[in-house]
Amino acid sequence: MSENGGDVLLRVEGLRTWFPIRAGVLQRTVGHVRAVDGVDLSVPRGRTLALVGESGCGKTTVGRSILRLVEPTGGRVCFEGVDLLTLPKPALRPYRRAIQIVFQDPLGSLDPRMRIRDVVAEGMNAFRIGANERERTDRVAELLRHVRLDPSQMTRYPHELSGGQRQRVCIARALALGPKLLICDEAVSALDVSIQAQILNLLRDLQVELGLSYLFITHDLGVVRYLADRVAVMYLGQIVEDAATETLFADPQHPYTQALLSAVPSVDPGRRGMAVHLRGDVPSPATPPTGCRFHTRCPVVFERCRTETPPLYPVQEGGSRCFLSDPAARPSAEPPARA
Amino acid sequence: MEPYLLSNAVVVVLVGGLAAALASARRSRVWRDAGRELVRRRPIVLAVLLAYVAIGLLDSLAWVSGSSAGTTQGADTVSIHKPRSAIDRLFPDERYREKSYSAPLADREFLGGAPLRHPGRHLLGTDLLGRDVLYQTLKGARVALLVGGFTTLIVIPLALLFGVVAGYFGGRVDDVIFFLISTLASMPSLLLLIALIMVLGRGPVQVCVALGITGWVGFARVVRGETLKLRELDYVHAARALGASDARIVLRHIVPNLMHLVVITFVLTFSGFVLAEAVLSWLGIGIDGSWGRMIDQARDELSRDPIIWWNLVSASVALFGLILAVNLLGDAVRDILDPRTLRERA
Amino acid sequence: MSTPVAPAPRHDPETVLDVRGLVTSFPGPNHRLAVVDGVDLTLARGETLALVGESGCGKSLTALSILRLVPKPGRIDRGTVRLGARDLRALPVTELRRVRGHEISMIFQEPMTSLNPVVTAGKQVVEAIRLHERVSSTQARRRALTLFEQVGIPDPASRLNAYPHQLSGGMKQRVMIAMALAARPSVLIADEPTTALDVTIQGQILDLLRELRDQLGTAILLITHDLGIVNELADRIAVMYAGHLVEVGTRRDILAAPRHPYTQGLLRSIPARAQRGERLAEIAGVVPPPGQWPTGCRFAPRCTRAFEPCTRLDPGPTRLSANHTAWCHAVAQEEGSSPVGGVPA
Repeated sequence: MSENGGDVLLRVEGLRTWFPIRAGVLQRTVGHVRAVDGVDLSVPRGRTLALVGESGCGKTTVGRSILRLVEPTGGRVCFEGVDLLTLPKPALRPYRRAIQIVFQDPLGSLDPRMRIRDVVAEGMNAFRIGANERERTDRVAELLRHVRLDPSQMTRYPHELSGGQRQRVCIARALALGPKLLICDEAVSALDVSIQAQILNLLRDLQVELGLSYLFITHDLGVVRYLADRVAVMYLGQIVEDAATETLFADPQHPYTQALLSAVPSVDPGRRGMAVHLRGDVPSPATPPTGCRFHTRCPVVFERCRTETPPLYPVQEGGSRCFLSDPAARPSAEPPARA
Repeated sequence: MEPYLLSNAVVVVLVGGLAAALASARRSRVWRDAGRELVRRRPIVLAVLLAYVAIGLLDSLAWVSGSSAGTTQGADTVSIHKPRSAIDRLFPDERYREKSYSAPLADREFLGGAPLRHPGRHLLGTDLLGRDVLYQTLKGARVALLVGGFTTLIVIPLALLFGVVAGYFGGRVDDVIFFLISTLASMPSLLLLIALIMVLGRGPVQVCVALGITGWVGFARVVRGETLKLRELDYVHAARALGASDARIVLRHIVPNLMHLVVITFVLTFSGFVLAEAVLSWLGIGIDGSWGRMIDQARDELSRDPIIWWNLVSASVALFGLILAVNLLGDAVRDILDPRTLRERA
Repeated sequence: MSTPVAPAPRHDPETVLDVRGLVTSFPGPNHRLAVVDGVDLTLARGETLALVGESGCGKSLTALSILRLVPKPGRIDRGTVRLGARDLRALPVTELRRVRGHEISMIFQEPMTSLNPVVTAGKQVVEAIRLHERVSSTQARRRALTLFEQVGIPDPASRLNAYPHQLSGGMKQRVMIAMALAARPSVLIADEPTTALDVTIQGQILDLLRELRDQLGTAILLITHDLGIVNELADRIAVMYAGHLVEVGTRRDILAAPRHPYTQGLLRSIPARAQRGERLAEIAGVVPPPGQWPTGCRFAPRCTRAFEPCTRLDPGPTRLSANHTAWCHAVAQEEGSSPVGGVPA
């Protein structure tokens, strides 16, 4: 994996998170859901890496695994050089300040019985930041102002705020601990387009002001193009393509990326019906297909794909997990024309 | 400690505790609104319940009157020094008894027709042993409050503790606790109750404890289920990501969001336990002086001719009234505390 | 409140659905709140009209009102809903039931919850068929099989016996479409049909809807907030804000040359249309909830072009072309006319 120059804040190598499937009276493990199955990625300091994929690809699990909200099964998660997965739980605690997360559902992320002030101060209370209540309240006010909310909102309850306001509160809560990396797990997906724009602008401004790095998990390619420096595309637990944003949109290498890009309907009235749509449904992560996982839906599949698993071939400044991207050899069969 | 003194203390503590809980709930807007809504919807039910509580409380405030000295032992002096409650004092003492049955407001004895000692003064008649039925009914209120309230107060913390721990930590801990719950649940509770009462004793507090020990399992299962659900919510994940310890998460996020369940369960199990005690009385191991005991003692009289109905009816109506009021209250409380309506109303 | 754009036509045989002055309200703290506040729509045979807006604008309720499926305590206060020559609001419930599913069908957003989890997919489609046609269950099953093939469900014979939880999201939505089209309705109302689906599956469903529409000549009322889908499917677009229509026009009118500030703002907020490095154009503020609607134009507090009449008068319609209308004082001014029948505050 190549970087964008500058140092790397977070490097994930070979991350695997498997969930056991239990069956029978004795609850024996009969298989595993391989939600994350060998993922490498890196987030450069002060930059945004977007992790893109559809439902069931494992991107949310990646985010949670990095924070150990879900315990990974294997791999390394190196934050500023330290592998978080080897740390015992108490040693992990200081890193909670450095890596924070904003979830998709603003209402579900807030305890309905807590006032906004307590919500934002929760992290501070846990780490005993601030000498007394007074100081913490002042800091809450400052944070709310930072996310463009009126500090008077701090006495309210979550259900009294709108979706966009709630998401700002979630961002303020995450910022309270002064993190370096913010994981945004579909953070704008549940918001209306006009509110989405406000939050995206806010996130951009915060990145510039505070030097934050983002791991932006989403399925919305439009947002990706706007916000991200690099993009990693996931399918069924693996990264299938990784590239700089402009490169990905201009010249996608992997057939899945191509299909994904072409499937997004454009708003331009001149461009209509130009999509090439994939056949079939996403296979279950419990029983991924043999060989290349994408072969069951790939428009340019050939024999080799069914039996051999392609590695991530380096392409320009990124990679593509497809035999068609193998710089060395050409596959024996005539490669069919790209869609 | 004399059994009646202990149970008096418990009743007073219960009512005091309830008052304190209400006072602290008033600070939270959510509970204040809920309370106001409740008063708006069910004023009559609340008034009836208040009456029951008042009677029970009055019957729990017992003191010794008259000459304080007189430490002479002996059967006569014991009766003078026995504490008498406010309800007791509404009725003249032992001398208020008749010989046997008399109909409500009657002049004459039911059997035989001899004149009564206190003609026309027994509003609800007298029972087999000539005791005034109204007096007994009023005294039953305290027992019912004790059984319902105290037992529920044993059940709820037990169920919360086991349910939350099992639901939140999962894994082995959950397996062990769930095994315990399932085992208790599969034992015939009545037999277990009887055994416990034999061991602990027949006093009112002991019966409550026995009922509590066998009765917490159902609520614990509900708590466990709800905790399993709450544990997966994003705000719990967020709290963990913010560095909150497990204890903090359980106390600040899980338990407060179970409170609506607790209130509803409190109200419903209250009536369940009062009724359970009535069954125990029928089996002969209930609490002395309860309505259940009255009903049990009055059973035979229904088959007489002419029928003697006033003691049975009186106890039944009192019991029915309390249970009905509590259930109506419980329905209203459940509606008001439903998290969905809580959200919409604000 | 808006007045009709043109005088109500005597029943035009090409117009299959004609909604006028629809008002649907819900009880509020003090008085009823009109969540759909005077909406006019027409749908021609075989046409696809997209009803677009953000959450809370009333578009879903408009769709439900057409079929009189408004959940209590809401109710339809005013307006006519003409299907052909009949006013659906005036129909007795027994006749309305014959309309539902047969002449007007509806598919919903969440395929996960729209299918009964304890009944097989095939049985549900058979039920939909037999509600409206007098056929034996064997015949219905055969038709269900054909429908499954038509909607592109692979291995249809075995899928007939599948339970909903055994089907993927895209498959479930296809089953819903099969059920909706079973009785060959002339109008299909699709309420956010692809919002809950992945983008690659969404593409398949959009293709399917297009195909079926072309084959069967069904008119579609598409409710959505996604302007990309609108571009793929719609012929005409109606934009709603806070219970009102703010702009109606053809696809090209609205997407290439929108006139209402809200529509323009919406299009500018779409990240895909923005340049990297620039700020996204925001619409400041939030959508006012029902009951907190400002007097005058409801969009005025957030509008960069608001001027004097906007806080007093609710704008009436301004006719921009044969098919393009906007409800905006600024637009009216540009066109050199005063708003038609503005309602004083």
